[in-house]
Amino acid sequence: MSFLQIEPVRILLYLVGICAFVGANAAYLVLAERKGAGRIQRRPGPNEAGFGGILQPVADGIKLLAKQVMVPPGTDALLFRAAPLMVMAPPLMCLAMIPFSDSIVARHLNVGLLFVFSFGSINVMALMLGGWASRNKFAIISSARVVSQNVAYEIPMLLVVITLLMVTGTMDLNEIIHQQGGGIWHWNLFKVWVNPLMPVTFVIFFICMLAETNRAPFDMAEAESELVAGAFTEYGGMGFGVFFMAEYANIVVGCSLATVLFLGGWQSPIGVLSGGLWGAGWFLLKLYGLIFTVIWIRWTFPRTQFYSLLNLSWKILIPISLFTLLLTGAMMKLPVVYHQFF
Amino acid sequence: MNPTLEQLTEHFKGLTAAAAVPADGPAESVSPTPVLVVVQAVDFALKGFHLDVAVGPAQVVAAAEVADRAGFGIDSITGVDWLAQNEMEVVYDFFHPTSPLRVVVRARVPRGSPELPTIGGVFPGANWHERETHDFFGIRFTGNPNLKPFLLPEDATFHPLLKDYKP
Amino acid sequence: MIAHKDLVPLGRVGDSPQETFVLNLGPQHPAAHGVLRVLLTMDGEWIQRAEPIIGYIHRMHEKMGENRTWAKFLPNTSRIDYLSAMHYTHAFVGAVERAAKIEVPLRAEYARVITSELNRISSHMVWWGALLLDLGGFTPILYAFDDREKILDLLEALCGARLTYCYYRFGGLYNDVDDAFLKGTRDFVAHLRPRLKMYRDLVTDNIILRKRLTGIGPISADLCRRYGATGPVIRGAGVAYDVRRAEPYSVYPKLDFKIPTYSEADSMARYLVRMDEMEESLHIIEQALDQIPTGPFLGKVPRVLKLPVGDTCYAVEAARGRFMVRIVSDGKEIPYRVKLRTPSFSNLSLYEEASKGMILPDALAMMGSLDLVIPDIDR
Repeated sequence: MSFLQIEPVRILLYLVGICAFVGANAAYLVLAERKGAGRIQRRPGPNEAGFGGILQPVADGIKLLAKQVMVPPGTDALLFRAAPLMVMAPPLMCLAMIPFSDSIVARHLNVGLLFVFSFGSINVMALMLGGWASRNKFAIISSARVVSQNVAYEIPMLLVVITLLMVTGTMDLNEIIHQQGGGIWHWNLFKVWVNPLMPVTFVIFFICMLAETNRAPFDMAEAESELVAGAFTEYGGMGFGVFFMAEYANIVVGCSLATVLFLGGWQSPIGVLSGGLWGAGWFLLKLYGLIFTVIWIRWTFPRTQFYSLLNLSWKILIPISLFTLLLTGAMMKLPVVYHQFF
Repeated sequence: MNPTLEQLTEHFKGLTAAAAVPADGPAESVSPTPVLVVVQAVDFALKGFHLDVAVGPAQVVAAAEVADRAGFGIDSITGVDWLAQNEMEVVYDFFHPTSPLRVVVRARVPRGSPELPTIGGVFPGANWHERETHDFFGIRFTGNPNLKPFLLPEDATFHPLLKDYKP
Repeated sequence: MIAHKDLVPLGRVGDSPQETFVLNLGPQHPAAHGVLRVLLTMDGEWIQRAEPIIGYIHRMHEKMGENRTWAKFLPNTSRIDYLSAMHYTHAFVGAVERAAKIEVPLRAEYARVITSELNRISSHMVWWGALLLDLGGFTPILYAFDDREKILDLLEALCGARLTYCYYRFGGLYNDVDDAFLKGTRDFVAHLRPRLKMYRDLVTDNIILRKRLTGIGPISADLCRRYGATGPVIRGAGVAYDVRRAEPYSVYPKLDFKIPTYSEADSMARYLVRMDEMEESLHIIEQALDQIPTGPFLGKVPRVLKLPVGDTCYAVEAARGRFMVRIVSDGKEIPYRVKLRTPSFSNLSLYEEASKGMILPDALAMMGSLDLVIPDIDR
């Protein structure tokens, strides 16, 4: 066990681990999505490659890798090639901060939350550059949509997170989870004595997460019936494949963040069995529960309208999240004020 | 509001009188055929329409206006190539949204110079039908802003529904 | 909440010059439902001008009609609108019967009504799924195809074709309706009623769908009239125009049915009209099943069919609106002229005027609510 303590080995191990986790998740979430869609649409979904379609992601990967990466004439070749890399990097960086268990975390930072959010917001840049470098009118419209959508949803998301920060008093993700130990009623989601609107903040966070990751019903960036394939219209082969995988990697990041912040991370819901591998099990259970919800929503609802999407953010979510912020502040300070006067 | 068949017949017959007294001189020179409006009520069960109106090419706009005032909608415009008579017939179909009435207006133009005014000013929907008729028959609708090939390939110079068309 | 009509493009101050670009939507575009091409002049996401360019699947059916006998042209008519082939063959058969004064047995007329209405439901099912697909809802189309499959099976057992039916013949039918079909249709009616209710609960009352369609793409009754738009488009504008009532044909006068109309004139109104029409069709089918008499299914038709000189029209209410056949005969065995007036052609012609100033996704939602079938436009 001792060589695990050596820092370079640790870094290498976690680098490989995170890359493998993201890669496997991205590949198999595509399969899960297709299987889930099939289930919802009362058809089997992919079931030819391997047992029950288990090898379908491998087949897809080989197909995409075997394709030539086309750089259409007239595009900004450098940015066009760089965008897929840039879109994949932020979720990889963010996942390094996520504690899978009390002892399994790639890098332990005391400002982990800040780190995750600062890298998380780079994602939009990659989509914008990809769309802009393509010199395709559909892609440019999509880029403009991505930017305005992400700016609009970053604000309520951060307001919600600030509310949470006031409750927890720390940016250390592991510490946030430690505070939620001891059973389901200790999770931030149910801490209604701190702020009666805590479940509402979770819903806001989840909606913003859907919008940030460009998932249905907010998939304005890749609105295939309007913009063909949005920012990725000109991409083919693995260039498209990376964009596609990054979408799922972002979902994994978003859902693990929601798990950590609201659902107690690796804490057990019953109060016991929450250390070590048990913790990782609980974490993954919650994570995939949320991811299933995301898939479920996509195959159930039609796409929203762009202006109602922005309306939702600026006129509903931001006022509510501001109100919860104020309410939390007031409820935290009220006892202090009370004790001072009485 | 819905017109009766008798009222419509009167309206269309009124076109003859209007054309006999030309309001402004030059318009008359457009029409080479005698200006006589023949209005005929037909049995719907046998023909599929109620009123058969034959007008001169110069009167189609006036006839369309009569139909428009009576609340008709544009159904279709098409042509028939009468090779034997060396004439082409343009058939305007009108349907009525609120009363069970159908009116057919026909105008005959000489085969050598098939030309008649557009009714796009009255029924904007006629534009597409006129373009289609121009495609198929080569009938020119003066005033139609967009008489380029529509259903045919964009470089088409032929008119396939002419009876002497050889592919 | 502000509606889309209150929005103006950003950065437009006073008389500043407009910067527009041309977006070529189609002929290969996921929302084009085939090979429709729309040349959009856009100001950001706002459409300034939308010019539909058609003819990519033009087959010149009208010329084909001029060089084959009346009977041989019949299969052509079912290829015009592949989704409601029964109505189209009905119109052509009806026109020839009207011109030649052929008597059609009552049993055949009832069978025509039953199959026509089944075809209307299957066509509306495809429209429903495709519209939801345009709006980004992927699941309903598979449910719709599930139900449509049952109709296709029924009609396949009857006439051998699943899509391009050629079941009607001059003077009657190709084949008698058997008991299995009648029973299957009855079962299907019982099956679809609860399904339609489920669709209403799951999809029609979905808030996102309502928001995306309500108030979008208003098409007024006057616009419909001036462009000749018919079918659910004009009924969605509050005008109860239905060829089954306006120009009664077959045994429709003997059947009791409502014409669903909505006066909002927006995409949602057109949506609701079609959803209600499916239920009305079920109602018509039920009555026709109860009333269908026994007897011959094919009337007396001369061996060599020569139509009297003159022109004859016959219109039917197809799934997309008024479909009219105008046949001109010069007394020979071969038509002198066949004119096919298709509903989608007229319904699309108003698109340029109606889509002005709309935002792109709304314009596509409106296009979906028009229910276009491209071969029907191009013929």
